[in-house]
Amino acid sequence: MSHLALQQYWWIIISLLGSFLVFLMFVQGGQTLVSQLAKTGTERKILFNSIGRRWDVTFTTLVTFGGAFFASFPLFYSTSFGGAYWVWMLILFSFIIQAVSYEYRTKPKNFLGEKTYNTFLFINGLVATVLLGIAVGTFFTGSDFSVDRLRLTETGNNVISQWKGPAHGLEAALNLTNLCLGLAIFTLSRILGALYFINNIDNKVIVHKASQLLKLCSIAFLVFFLLFTGLILTREGFAVNPVTREVYMENYKYLHNLIQMPVVLVIFLLGVVGVLAGIYIGAFKKSGKGIWFAGAGTILTVFSIFLLAGFNNTAFYPSTYDLQSSLTIQNASSGKYTLTVMSYVSLLVPFVIAYIWYSWKSLNKKKINEEDISNDDMAY
Amino acid sequence: METFDMSLVDWSRAQFALTAIYHWIFVPLTLGLSFIIAFMHTKYYKTGSEKWKHTTKFWMKLFGINFAIGVATGIILEFEFGTNWSNYSWFVGDIFGAPLAIEGIMAFFLESTFIAIMFFGWNRVSKKFHMLSSWFVAIGSNLSALWILVANAWMQNPVGMRFNPDTARNEMVNFAEILFSPTAIYKFLHTISNGYVVASLFVIGISAWFILKGRHLEFAKRSILVAAVFGLFSSIFVVITGDSSAHDVAKTQPMKFAAMEGIYEGGEGVGLTTIGIVTPGKRYDNNKNDFVFALKAPKMLSFLANRNSNSFVPGINDLIDGNKDHNIIPISERMEFGKLAINAFREYNNSEDAEVKEGALKTLNENYQHFGYGYLPDKMAAIPNVPITFYSFHLMVGLGCFFIVLFGVFLFFSIKQKTESKRGWLKLAVWSIPLGFLASELGWIVAEVGRQPWTIQDILPTMISTSHLSTSSVQVTFWAFAALFTVLLIAEIKIMLHQIKSGPKNMED
Ligand code: HDD
Ligand code: HEM
Ligand code: HEM
Repeated sequence: MSHLALQQYWWIIISLLGSFLVFLMFVQGGQTLVSQLAKTGTERKILFNSIGRRWDVTFTTLVTFGGAFFASFPLFYSTSFGGAYWVWMLILFSFIIQAVSYEYRTKPKNFLGEKTYNTFLFINGLVATVLLGIAVGTFFTGSDFSVDRLRLTETGNNVISQWKGPAHGLEAALNLTNLCLGLAIFTLSRILGALYFINNIDNKVIVHKASQLLKLCSIAFLVFFLLFTGLILTREGFAVNPVTREVYMENYKYLHNLIQMPVVLVIFLLGVVGVLAGIYIGAFKKSGKGIWFAGAGTILTVFSIFLLAGFNNTAFYPSTYDLQSSLTIQNASSGKYTLTVMSYVSLLVPFVIAYIWYSWKSLNKKKINEEDISNDDMAY
Repeated sequence: METFDMSLVDWSRAQFALTAIYHWIFVPLTLGLSFIIAFMHTKYYKTGSEKWKHTTKFWMKLFGINFAIGVATGIILEFEFGTNWSNYSWFVGDIFGAPLAIEGIMAFFLESTFIAIMFFGWNRVSKKFHMLSSWFVAIGSNLSALWILVANAWMQNPVGMRFNPDTARNEMVNFAEILFSPTAIYKFLHTISNGYVVASLFVIGISAWFILKGRHLEFAKRSILVAAVFGLFSSIFVVITGDSSAHDVAKTQPMKFAAMEGIYEGGEGVGLTTIGIVTPGKRYDNNKNDFVFALKAPKMLSFLANRNSNSFVPGINDLIDGNKDHNIIPISERMEFGKLAINAFREYNNSEDAEVKEGALKTLNENYQHFGYGYLPDKMAAIPNVPITFYSFHLMVGLGCFFIVLFGVFLFFSIKQKTESKRGWLKLAVWSIPLGFLASELGWIVAEVGRQPWTIQDILPTMISTSHLSTSSVQVTFWAFAALFTVLLIAEIKIMLHQIKSGPKNMED
């Protein structure tokens, strides 16, 4: 494959990883729902054990998303993580406290007390989803950084990629577009969490409450999502001249991308329909199938949003401070050799998805209920 | 070059060291205990005996408590290369990112998927699939060790790459060379076997405690037998692979090797210091003796380094001042060559003239092996911290020898069925649990402190590797990690101790 084809292939993989990650954040969404859905300790236990068997895969997807981004677009990794330091650090802190919470929350002598661990899980659900949305929002709104390779030869100021401004990423939260995406992802993860509970739990009270909450979250989600979509489709975007590689501002760039890449438009619309169908099935039919529609819909929608940001001569990580420092899938990627090696590795991915699927199926054969949890000495 | 923000570098180093050291408290236990559990689980699968089932379940619970915090402390490391070592990620991301990504795809998913089955599959999946899941977890954790160690080994001995002056970074040209570099292979073998040692010590120590308390004797003896066999083989293997690692270090990182042994004056037929005290205040530029006191095994160091007891081993002075007889270039010259390379890189990029560009490229390529030296403020900067490296290394080696004896003795007692009466040894076994963890951390301190001032040996110094951050930002995150990880560690230990005290469930013996 040509270098360009490899770069595009890897942008597709990154986009897919990102979209699976957002889908799997039903765990985070679920974590924020527990306090509203559970009145008793037993109910809480059922809820936490339902998503608790899944949290690890979401976590690992995030780790792999980071690793794969590093391997395929190292200059993004270098620029964004080192620059938007505080955003990423807060996201990471929220995952650190998540990782211990399931295992430790009900263990005797757990030092912090069950309430603290439950709060940790709530914080993770809120912070990770909102901030991840804000971080992805900057793919469309840009950040203030500058890249200069020759700094490597300067004395005392060697860092190639430098962030401008002291907030190191937190400034992105003040942008309406970013904020809308953050809140859209947050509410979406709650929708998915509720749908997962409906699918996985055998308890009338919980399922009923979940379907009620689902309706409220859906309204909020639609507001934020439509606002975000409207804002990016009407704004100017960061276009790249395919010949000179120069980055310039183009009016309605992302709208143009949608029109010029009809496949992406179709994926986007299919995704949105899927999410809406899932919500409808879960909220009004109280059927467990809702998660499948909404899950597939989420994956398609997020996938199309990533494609919108990176394809069709667009800078996916734009710099508003210095347009020409903007990162594109061409100037931020690994070399041809590395991408080729990694492409062979990527052949493992379907295999990984297959065994995750198989193992989930074998654990989920039976829905979770009270009796189940109290008989399991490994339960969280 | 005094304008470097040294405090930023130091805080970034401190943060990396802190987080890596915390991560490494939990990782070796995961590496080893996962195999011990898989073995016990197989025993249960084959015999159908409830005793093996409850033995497996007991160790599995402890595994889960340890695993959770291992994961919690790991995620930050994955991203820290970007957040705190941005320049590093730019400069070598083309090579370094790949093993990290492969680790995620190949290993972490295997672990995290099957761990759920391992814990929750007891009555939900077939017995065979359940048992296999335990093996998948063990294989997954050890595969993750493979890839991260390939990445680390590559920093110590950068192979299979080429500098691309257009992108200002190193690019991979040979993946097989990176994967099969001897440094990587020894590091991997040494590190996983160290994990098995740590886990075996853990199992023996806890079982010994039960015997001392007169509880669960059968369970404890069963566990000791498994762990003593596993531990004995692993600890011998640790020494063999440790020796291979040292041999490799002598070839690829002679300065680290000299620091590990604390030798300033090199020579032929050099003795190996078995026990010694480094002279306080000894520096490259004074004439103090290397040691206040040292017990040396004659000619052994030359043998260890070059498999020839009369061979030459360079000391720190030889490496700094150069040694014509042995083709060692003085650091001051390497610093000049490094500056040539850096200037040629700039010239190549600033010039439009094809001829100038070509000349610059030639100079750059010829001197690239010295690139990092061009950044050193003075030749002394090329020396790592000798006492830390020396003591860490010697303590680790000493503990390694002690563990072999300990496992041997317990295996002997187990076979003779005399474990119960050996209270002195049982107490020693309990106290050896922390020693296993200590040896393991010391190993990393040797590896990482000993390779200073480099993040990439000879190519990229640590002080050029950081992100563009204010020192105070890194200070805040450093203290936040220190506080959070300490709190979590306390929680982990308390939960663990309680679980151990309550003992295996449903078991009378
Ligand atoms: C020799 C083995 C070894 C070494 C040197 C390291 N790790 Fe590790 N790591 C493991 C072996 C391991 C493990 C045993 O495989 C763990 C423990 C829990 C787990 O999931 O895997 C782990 C966990 C773990 C996790 C969580 C994975 C998950 O969610 O499944 C991450 C992100 C990292 N590690 C990343 C790193 C990085 C970036 C390191 C470099 C400094 C590092 N580890 C050193
Ligand atoms: C988990 C076991 C490990 C431990 C206990 C450990 C320990 C340390 C210590 C003590 C330092 C500070 C050295 C100094 O500044 O003097 C350090 C630095 C560092 N280590 Fe490790 N290390 C481990 C694994 C790794 C691995 C696997 C990698 C790479 C894949 C790595 C990469 C680094 C980097 C980039 C630095 C910072 C730059 C530097 O100071 O050289 N470490 N580590
Ligand atoms: C006689 C025994 C031993 C010898 C000769 C030995 C040798 C070495 C050497 C030379 C290194 C440095 C490798 C490098 O710089 O890249 C090292 C690192 C290390 N050692 Fe050992 N070691 C021994 C025992 C142990 C024991 C008992 C443990 C733990 C239980 C251990 C754990 C480690 C670890 C975790 C590292 C860092 C990883 C690595 O660099 O391979 N070692 N060892």
